[in-house]
Amino acid sequence: MNNQQPLLSVRNLKTYFSLDEGQVKAVDGVSFDVNPGQVVGIVGESGCGKSVTIKSILRIIQKPGKIVDGQILFRHNGDSMLDLTQLNAQSEQMRQIRGAEIALIPQEPMAAFSPVHTIGNQIEEAILLHQPVSKQQARKIAIERLREVGVPSPERRIDSYSWELSGGLRQRAMIAMALSCNPKLLIADEPTTAIDVTTQAQVLNLLRDLQAQHDAAIIFITHDLGVIAQIADFVVVMYLGRVMETGPVDDIFHNPQHPYTKALLKSIPTVTSESGSRLPTIEGAIPHPFNRPAGCPFYPRCIEMMPGTCNTSTPSLQPVTDTQSASCFLYHKQTDDE
Amino acid sequence: MAQYIIKRLLLLPFLLFIFSIIAFILIQAPPGDFVTSYIAELAASGSAVDQAQIDALREQYGLDQPMTVQYFKWMGNILQGDLGVSLDWKKPNNELIRERFALTLALGVFTFLITWSIAIPIGIYSATHQYSFLDYFFTVFNYFGVATPTFMTALVVMYLAFKYFGISVTGLFSPEYVDAPWSWDKFVDLLSHLWLPALILALDGTARLARVMRANLLDELKKPYMEMARAKGMSEWRLVMKYPVRLAFNPLVSTIGWYLPLLFSGSLIVATVLNLPTIGPLLLRALIVQDMFLAGAIILIYMFLAVIGTMISDILLAWLDPRIRMEGS
Repeated sequence: MNNQQPLLSVRNLKTYFSLDEGQVKAVDGVSFDVNPGQVVGIVGESGCGKSVTIKSILRIIQKPGKIVDGQILFRHNGDSMLDLTQLNAQSEQMRQIRGAEIALIPQEPMAAFSPVHTIGNQIEEAILLHQPVSKQQARKIAIERLREVGVPSPERRIDSYSWELSGGLRQRAMIAMALSCNPKLLIADEPTTAIDVTTQAQVLNLLRDLQAQHDAAIIFITHDLGVIAQIADFVVVMYLGRVMETGPVDDIFHNPQHPYTKALLKSIPTVTSESGSRLPTIEGAIPHPFNRPAGCPFYPRCIEMMPGTCNTSTPSLQPVTDTQSASCFLYHKQTDDE
Repeated sequence: MAQYIIKRLLLLPFLLFIFSIIAFILIQAPPGDFVTSYIAELAASGSAVDQAQIDALREQYGLDQPMTVQYFKWMGNILQGDLGVSLDWKKPNNELIRERFALTLALGVFTFLITWSIAIPIGIYSATHQYSFLDYFFTVFNYFGVATPTFMTALVVMYLAFKYFGISVTGLFSPEYVDAPWSWDKFVDLLSHLWLPALILALDGTARLARVMRANLLDELKKPYMEMARAKGMSEWRLVMKYPVRLAFNPLVSTIGWYLPLLFSGSLIVATVLNLPTIGPLLLRALIVQDMFLAGAIILIYMFLAVIGTMISDILLAWLDPRIRMEGS
């Protein structure tokens, strides 16, 4: 396999929701690549389109949402790139990719497991959907996976219901289910928000270890920059359905280019900051989705905003250093306007 | 699970004791007694009754004794399986009720099956195809079903059947079978009559049940486990049947409990209109003429069915929903 070629390449993805009140451009021209074995962190505030992006990749966007433009190229069967946007979301081929090659670790394991089916039943179901094995074999695989993710006495736990497990164990069971078919790409949607901080660290370490063992790539979604620093190799910063900046994790943290990334990093509390001082915040609020500003979506809150430029046209994502790209007119003149 | 069921069973005699007292108070509640209305009936037809005769009647039926004595005599007999004698029909209540009980049960079960087998698929379709043409169609149909009283439907069907097909749809048997002993032919005859009243009775229940199923399922369809199941690569149809439909059933199962007595009491007006030989009209008549032991026996049976129904619901719910099962043990 050619490791220079990405496993997943999202290009100019646009997913809109048509509501009675108007159109919400939840994802409006997002592009990024995921290389094999890489952990890509997507970071942004609530409502920035992170979740819609990954649901678009899995093709589980529900009405009234629709992918209106762009490509989602996935390396399927060796080297051929398959455009997932061209498949019927319900088609056999797409369903064979979902769960088997691209697996989801959801935000709230409590709600994502059915309360009236055992976790074993649900993990075995994922296995039986994609692997030609018998029920007994599926159960064996499920127990193995549970053991692998550190669930104690998996032979017993497999017959538990999700609400009988602790938050950490529930999330581990979810991870076991996602890993059950050896996916090439794991999508983790804020997997640590529902659990406490100590368990959070354990789950992150587990994901790191499993990723290395299985050589899977991970798209990790979070609003927590601390988590991103712990787990990601490469970072995509999103704001209002658009990518503001991308780059390797060290460069993003030590040499941010986009004013939004800079502002985000400033708002992290640090142990060295003077106690009692106010935490810097980003001025203003996220615009209402029906009321998006023309031009760069961040300009109303941007301290480096250039009148006449930022509020009239939308900057495109362009390389600004050797490793980073940013959508900002401070660095280039390329626009995304037709 | 076994522990849970035993717990419920142990409660049963206690509940029935309380209900028997309530049933007794209820049948004693109207002013006067059977003799009073019997005299009124006789007087209306012109014949006079003297006081000695009245007292003799009262003594014969034990109506002159204190309430508590009457209650214990009544209960004592019931515990031995004797529901007493109908003052009106001059027949043992056991016999009167047994005849009609089986027919009522047959009608009830039939109605129940029709209701569920129509309502559940409609509910599932409506929820999974919300705001589609058929969903709107079923919604209108359901409102129609809920809003139309069943006796009205019965009258309309009777009229149409008579006017256009010249057939009478009343009763549960053809004339030649009414008093005939049970045979295969009589059973077939029953089936050929039963479906229509069952359908009329089912109309109302179907409409309600379909609405409830649709609403329950719509709630479940928004749950995160749906998204997770989709992300696993399940086909939409399979996942809808496995997860949300299963969960949407739970609240419905708890309604089976009150459905059981309703099968018997709910069909009263339709049974009267269609002249069905079921328990409903029997109770109505018993209440009008103050045939207290017959009325009491029927009311007690209703209450018994309510308790049994609730128990069946509880057990089904515990069987369906592990969360309730765990709580119980």
